[in-house]
Amino acid sequence: MSNFFRGLARFRRAPWENLSTVLIGLGVVMLMQPFFLWAFSYSFIVTLVGTVMFIIVSHFPE
Amino acid sequence: MTVTPIDRMARATPPKLARRVRGLSDRAIAWLFVTPTLFLLLAINIFPLIWTVRLSFTNYAANRPAREVEWVGLRNYERILTSEGIWSNMQTTAHFLIWTITLQVLLGFTLAWLINRKFKGNDLLTTLIVLPMMLSPAVVGNFWTFLYQPQIGLFNYVVELVTGTPASSFSMLGPGGLAKWSIIIVDTWMWTPFVMLICLAGLRSIPDYIYEAAEVDRASKWRQFWTLTVPMVLPFLMLAVLFRGIENFKMFDMVVLLTGGGPGNETLLASIDLKREAFEKWRTGYSSAYAIILFVTVFGLASIYVKALNKVKER
Repeated sequence: MSNFFRGLARFRRAPWENLSTVLIGLGVVMLMQPFFLWAFSYSFIVTLVGTVMFIIVSHFPE
Repeated sequence: MTVTPIDRMARATPPKLARRVRGLSDRAIAWLFVTPTLFLLLAINIFPLIWTVRLSFTNYAANRPAREVEWVGLRNYERILTSEGIWSNMQTTAHFLIWTITLQVLLGFTLAWLINRKFKGNDLLTTLIVLPMMLSPAVVGNFWTFLYQPQIGLFNYVVELVTGTPASSFSMLGPGGLAKWSIIIVDTWMWTPFVMLICLAGLRSIPDYIYEAAEVDRASKWRQFWTLTVPMVLPFLMLAVLFRGIENFKMFDMVVLLTGGGPGNETLLASIDLKREAFEKWRTGYSSAYAIILFVTVFGLASIYVKALNKVKER
């Protein structure tokens, strides 16, 4: 876990990619879940942040 | 010496032009070849995308081009993301996605595992299994509509034969809650072979000596399956899940031909609703925002897909 945070602080690709992957996955789940309308409303912004983050962090060093 | 067509063309090139091309660097020649493709890519993919983003902030209607277009800011996005109707369509899409992927993975993996064993007629059976995948979704939609007919359809008669329920007492495509399952059955029938092929590639990539070593260590077949087969096929399976997820999120043609989104809104997937908004209600600005939301979701999933693909390549 500490490696993960150290990687984030050093702008390493793998932890940032994992974080953006989680955001994209969370956004998709929020978009399609049947329980909360507020989660559906915020799903797009979560997915968008995850996707843009993924594009940026895929250029970070390994 | 024989004169080839290339020689003839080279000689036919005007000397002035030939001198100019001869003076170009390798980099310039590479750009010369790549430019038409880049131009096409910009014209066909990038420009419409940018235009759609722009339209999503307006109230433009394509059937009324003379009307003054108003800039509405984020109102289209706000209306979509607070609409209970669209939320319901997303749940229908989720139901379709979850069940098709679950069934396709279970059946595809089982088929691949069985096909991977060496037996007579293995190749013929593989060819027969992958046949549905090669058909056009339009053709599949049409012939399953006939199979699902309550009076003459084969599907209802098979159900009657197996369960005893009278064939004409239920309609797979009509009201009664079965329409959602009818599209799942057809998609599973069509795309399970694809998952099977990917799993088969994964299974065939496992070297025999690993199983031989496990045999020496007296590992049972069950243990070998869970500690060797499943972990080694998992990256391939992930790839199949992501690919099918992206494809089924955009599913349109087959469902339109089978149910048209009905009965009521029972099988109204997000992509079908989007088409209705854009080309039946002619709310171009609103549907552009809708399309951008779906695009960002698919693009995000595709990014994960590419990452998974790279991991498989690294193996």
